[in-house]
Amino acid sequence: MLNDNQTVPLLETVELRKLFKLKGGSNLHAVDGINMKIYAGKTLGVVGESGCGKSTLGRTILKLLEPTSGQILFEGNDITKYSVSKMRPVRKDMQIIFQDPYSCIDPRKSVIEIISEYMFIHKLYKSRVETFNKAAGLMDMVGLARRYANSYPHELDGGRRQRIGIARALSLNPKFIVCDEPVSALDVSVQAQNLNLLMDIQDELGLAYMFVTHDLSVVKHISDDIMVMYLGKCVERATSDELFANPQHPYTKALLAAIPKPDIRMRNKEFQLIKGEVSSPVNVKPGCRFASRCDYAVPECSQRDPDFVETSPEHFVACYIVNGR
Amino acid sequence: MAHTEIQNILEIRDLKVIYKTDLEVVEAVNGLDLTIGKGKTLGLVGETGAGKTTTALSILKLLPSITGRILQGEIYFDGEDILKKSEHDMQSVRGNRISMVFQDPMTSLNPVLTVGDQIAEAVQLHNPDMSKEQINERVAATLNMVGIMPSRSGDYPHQFSGGMKQRVVIAMALSCEPELLIADEPTTALDVTIQAQVLTMIRELRDRLGTSMLMITHDLGIVAQTCDDVAVMYSGIIIEAGTAEDIFLGDKHHPYTVGLFNSIPNLDIKSDRLNPITGLMPDPTNLPKGCVFAPRCNHQMEICLEARPGVFEEGTHKIRCYLFSEAAGNSKAGVDLNAE
Amino acid sequence: MNPQKVESTTVDNFKRPSQTKEIWRRFSKSKGAVIGFVLFSIIAIMLLAADFIVPYEAAIKQDFTQQLAAPSREHFFGTDGYGRDAFARLLHGGRTSLSIALLATFSSAVLGSALGAISGYFGGKVDSFIMRSLDIFMSVPDILFTMAVVYALGANFTNLLFALTLAYFTNYVRLVRSQVLNLAEQDYVEAARAGGSGSTRIILSHIIPNAVGVIIVNTTLNVAKIILYESTLSFLGLGMPPPQPEWGLMLSEAREFMRTAPWLMFFPSAAIVITAASINLMGDGLRDALDPHLKS
Repeated sequence: MLNDNQTVPLLETVELRKLFKLKGGSNLHAVDGINMKIYAGKTLGVVGESGCGKSTLGRTILKLLEPTSGQILFEGNDITKYSVSKMRPVRKDMQIIFQDPYSCIDPRKSVIEIISEYMFIHKLYKSRVETFNKAAGLMDMVGLARRYANSYPHELDGGRRQRIGIARALSLNPKFIVCDEPVSALDVSVQAQNLNLLMDIQDELGLAYMFVTHDLSVVKHISDDIMVMYLGKCVERATSDELFANPQHPYTKALLAAIPKPDIRMRNKEFQLIKGEVSSPVNVKPGCRFASRCDYAVPECSQRDPDFVETSPEHFVACYIVNGR
Repeated sequence: MAHTEIQNILEIRDLKVIYKTDLEVVEAVNGLDLTIGKGKTLGLVGETGAGKTTTALSILKLLPSITGRILQGEIYFDGEDILKKSEHDMQSVRGNRISMVFQDPMTSLNPVLTVGDQIAEAVQLHNPDMSKEQINERVAATLNMVGIMPSRSGDYPHQFSGGMKQRVVIAMALSCEPELLIADEPTTALDVTIQAQVLTMIRELRDRLGTSMLMITHDLGIVAQTCDDVAVMYSGIIIEAGTAEDIFLGDKHHPYTVGLFNSIPNLDIKSDRLNPITGLMPDPTNLPKGCVFAPRCNHQMEICLEARPGVFEEGTHKIRCYLFSEAAGNSKAGVDLNAE
Repeated sequence: MNPQKVESTTVDNFKRPSQTKEIWRRFSKSKGAVIGFVLFSIIAIMLLAADFIVPYEAAIKQDFTQQLAAPSREHFFGTDGYGRDAFARLLHGGRTSLSIALLATFSSAVLGSALGAISGYFGGKVDSFIMRSLDIFMSVPDILFTMAVVYALGANFTNLLFALTLAYFTNYVRLVRSQVLNLAEQDYVEAARAGGSGSTRIILSHIIPNAVGVIIVNTTLNVAKIILYESTLSFLGLGMPPPQPEWGLMLSEAREFMRTAPWLMFFPSAAIVITAASINLMGDGLRDALDPHLKS
């Protein structure tokens, strides 16, 4: 899917790093040297457990957090050092949808005001009426009945509130949206409705998504490519089909095996457990971050960072074992 | 209830619970029937607002006293009707014979007491005669049981990760070897690899101690992996119940159950769109007169809108739907609901 | 669920009642708020029309034949130690007292909230600077501070206002800052930044409206406090220069005659209590009216 190397990716990061300074001078390595490319109209799924830096990555790309080092290229332009005012026009093209349908919208604004907010900021339309008309059009698009226009967020359920967030993100006609766990706070049936909506919108508007989630089964449906993160590092990247058909990194395998399958025929099969818990991202030592939990770890794993090697076309893995050292 | 031999640890009959405020009446549980066999695990599945937690709180008589009210029904625990017990009697049941584990471990742990002290407190409360040494031994054994080094008993809750805290909570719940463990979404707040660890632990402990369990969850995967029996709940009503085989392998299902299964993104099949149930759960302050699922159901018939359907039974499998009832003609019963 | 583009639509179906109308509608639904509003309106009208009810002359004219007269038809609220008409003094004094109290409350609320919002929103060095300066400020007792200001600058309306503002803005800073620290964590603030909002816009349109509840409650409580604080200043001889009437001054003068002419103490006290209560009632109603959660 990424074979067409001639085209410039819509978004690219080069060795992107985000460290948080903690009291006492130590550093928290939230995002630690991420290289990724997202092409127009495609979806990159970013998967990992809590604390792996996936949400920080999404916010750093949008420059909601200042990157520590590395580069962010949007449509070929290096936006890493852009000032707040220089970012403003770029913000129209890159948007974000949040995880928490409760805190992502201002409880004191009505639905139509929330959806119109960005259009007012950028003065996209001449009059208030015109802006509200556009907002109403967006409500139709995300499947929110217009009678909710004057409602306040607390009158709506989580799924509908999430749709307000989606409509707001779409209001500036962006080319790229970071979806930060957009469905994980929702019930399965509503989750499925909203996933379908996001896919329909993508088909219609040709958007690119970076879909951040902890849920592999959700990401499979929506992504063209998937990147698996562990403690700020990317451990494996491949096309969606390839990753599920042929997972290589021990962590990816463990992640897949840990999902409880809704099938009782597999019931007596034990979960393939990985031992221990995610170690601290503070002042990390060199070496594979997963080594302490990995069943296959060899001494080399905790000495030097493994290289990110292309094991088969468009399938990259950072593991000494898989890559034969 | 004249039981010669009690086979069911828990039996709920026609339970109705409302939350009443000055403004409105929320019908949380509307005639619920539930049975858990001794030593069995029942999975109670449903979405937010289905009344799962209300059911659990009713079993412990812990409904918020100002708003919550049990209108009717019986809850037999080991043959005795809990609803007839006094608050004093209930205190010896709670934690001792029935324990509950909540979704967020932090709400069950006191942040200013060490983990060891909290387990010791639970043990002592239910075994007042134990000596200090015996209690300490029990605390160490309990921590060992859930895979935490007993040397950490002097640590405070914030020094543990989410997964470990939930293990401690489960350890506390099991420390008195209750006959029934109610686990309300015990792993929802945890990461998937940690969830797998905790679920494995729950499974092992349950099997070793022979505890009966009510597993409340929205995740059909967890149900498939841990439960013997399943009850699917919707708007305060059990719309389908049976053994795990009935639910996961049977060919007849309530349309809601079918919708629930279709909503889960399937790892094995690559399909572009999911098949969710359209619409939302009905407003619990204003439930439909007929079948609670009828407004969202694509097999809706006229009768569905008029009266609540009865139960269709086939062996252990129970379905509350007109598609299978006599009234609508049994010919419909074989209909393939998966064909959309 | 096919997304459809609708380009031209009418706005009729979401023409909402204007914000002010909506707030007024909710405000007028609360009994307490309406009572407070009516009471306050009566007081305000009486004070504004004081010149037509009883001339200012009566408030300062000393008549030693009429010292400490009990309430009568001639002097509704009696007379004070100098034989001045207490009713006239109450009306004319209320003008000064209330306008100082309202203006000082308003200016301290604006100054304090702005500093608190800036401090909480930007954090870091800005926060440290503001909060440490505030600590210095607060280490001097309020009364000493106000006295120093009034003493240095002289006792008149503007200086009193200035002194009271400085004495009262500090608690708004702390209050609003703690609110903002919490609000700035909300995703909608980040969403506003992602949409290109600048800091000023975020503070004005997302942070302040969500913190407005606590600001209003604090403000309404402060009006009464400031009226009483004025009386303390008057008592120390730092209030409005005599013979100008003022509620606080009347109270401290009446203290002398508490046993012989208790009405002199009663009427100004009642005036302060009623005014404060009416403002508190209005404040509660306003806070609820501004909160869409309670809309119905």
